[in-house]
Amino acid sequence: MEGFLHQIFSGLANGVIYGSVALALVMIYQSTHHINFAQGEMATFSTFVAWTLMQHGMPYWGAFFLTLALSFVGALVIQRVVLRPLEKAPALNNVIVFIGLLLIFNACSGWFFDHTIKSFDSPFNDSWMFDTKYFSAHQFGSVFVLLLVLLALYLFFRFTSVGLAMRGAAQNPDSARLVGIRVSWMLALGWGLAAAIGAVAGMMIAPIVFLDPNMMLGILLYGFAAALLGGIDNPWGAVLGGFIVGVLENVLGAYVIGTELKLTVALVLIVVTLTLKPNGLFGKHVVTRV
Amino acid sequence: MPKLLEVNKLCASYGATQVLYDVDFDLEAGHITAILGANGAGKTTTLRALCQVVKTSGSIMFDGEQLVGKSTEAVVRMAVAHVPDGRGTFTGLSVEENLRLGAYSRGNKAEMAEDMERMFKRFPILKQRRHQQAGTLSGGEQQMLAISRALMLRPKLLLLDEPSFGLAPLIVAEIFRIMRSINQEDGVSMLLVEQNASLALDLADHAYLLETGRVALHGPSEVIKNDESVRRAYLGY
Repeated sequence: MEGFLHQIFSGLANGVIYGSVALALVMIYQSTHHINFAQGEMATFSTFVAWTLMQHGMPYWGAFFLTLALSFVGALVIQRVVLRPLEKAPALNNVIVFIGLLLIFNACSGWFFDHTIKSFDSPFNDSWMFDTKYFSAHQFGSVFVLLLVLLALYLFFRFTSVGLAMRGAAQNPDSARLVGIRVSWMLALGWGLAAAIGAVAGMMIAPIVFLDPNMMLGILLYGFAAALLGGIDNPWGAVLGGFIVGVLENVLGAYVIGTELKLTVALVLIVVTLTLKPNGLFGKHVVTRV
Repeated sequence: MPKLLEVNKLCASYGATQVLYDVDFDLEAGHITAILGANGAGKTTTLRALCQVVKTSGSIMFDGEQLVGKSTEAVVRMAVAHVPDGRGTFTGLSVEENLRLGAYSRGNKAEMAEDMERMFKRFPILKQRRHQQAGTLSGGEQQMLAISRALMLRPKLLLLDEPSFGLAPLIVAEIFRIMRSINQEDGVSMLLVEQNASLALDLADHAYLLETGRVALHGPSEVIKNDESVRRAYLGY
């Protein structure tokens, strides 16, 4: 029983990370209806940036927020320069560019920061008050950070006019232009936000799995599974999906299929969700009357 | 006195297909002008050309500024509001959020709240539905929402694309009555595209008749309405 509880809790802790990655995917999907395959590698790169800042003596939270800002601006620029010309292009062209970005970021991470595995500090050390039997301080801290991110996003989309404009632009770009929203900039903002969320995910997972250029490859797959399972158009669903995937992966890995086949759980979940419930568990059903 | 809107030799095309050929028309401030014509005559395209949603050439002078070459967003920021065909509702957002988006480019929160109250006074049904998802509204309610959303911009010029489309006659009468009062009380100039010619001619001061992308004839609504041959040849009633 003790062991089982342990598996569940560490699954929840992993789930937080998958949820953050899924959240970043949902952000971009909502505004562009594309899945950014480079999301994970961008997050890895951001994490390397944070690592470099800390190597140069910056305190953790200073490096954390500076990395968020840099990721936001970097992704904004990528959207403006690389993706804007493709706004009207077919989905496949975008997919090819995403895969290109994935390779570029993966290679750049290795090139700039080399391939050796690095340890990455956690801001939540073991003397922290929430260090308990089931949850390490870092795991608890990650959950807390993700919930903060979610709350901030919710407040942003619900109560600010830019957030509302982003939702309008995502839903109906033509009408959005007719009320004076600069739709293309809203997409860029979406990219920036997604990259910032991805950076949070990267910095939260790095202390657990250690930092190397391929850190996010597997995690991105779990993130996909989480986003699809929760409903690709629902941020809350993405986070819940993350928890479900995390727990399933851990419990099945420990008791049923063995740790080597864990990644299969994500792939099976993706296939099953797309076949049986393409909208996901919490996907939105938009009601329209004609 | 200079016209609010002066359009000269306006051409518009979708890709290789040209739809408008050298269309000329104008609109005096405070007036309502109707654009009539059969399906495919280029009525909707004319409105889209004004908002720079389609590729256009020629000249569109609005309030002393050239609109051709501007972005759609920039045209909207000059207080040109568009009620598009199909109403353009943000179906997943609430009624209130739709109205907030209408005032988005003005960025004045105090005036926005005030305007929203005015809209609710004009369309009480929207107040009842303010937190409801806009996609669940009836056709007539969505049309009212579309008009309100456009008015939230405090437009100098309101472009209306077939506000009567798909609605019951009673609702249509109600909407046209409200449009008249908006024109008279708030002094909003309107460019109205309609299939329902008799209804449009009753409301408008002036009318233009489009035929396959060209202006076939134009004149004061009264004259066009009473011209038997025009009615038979073009308006079909």
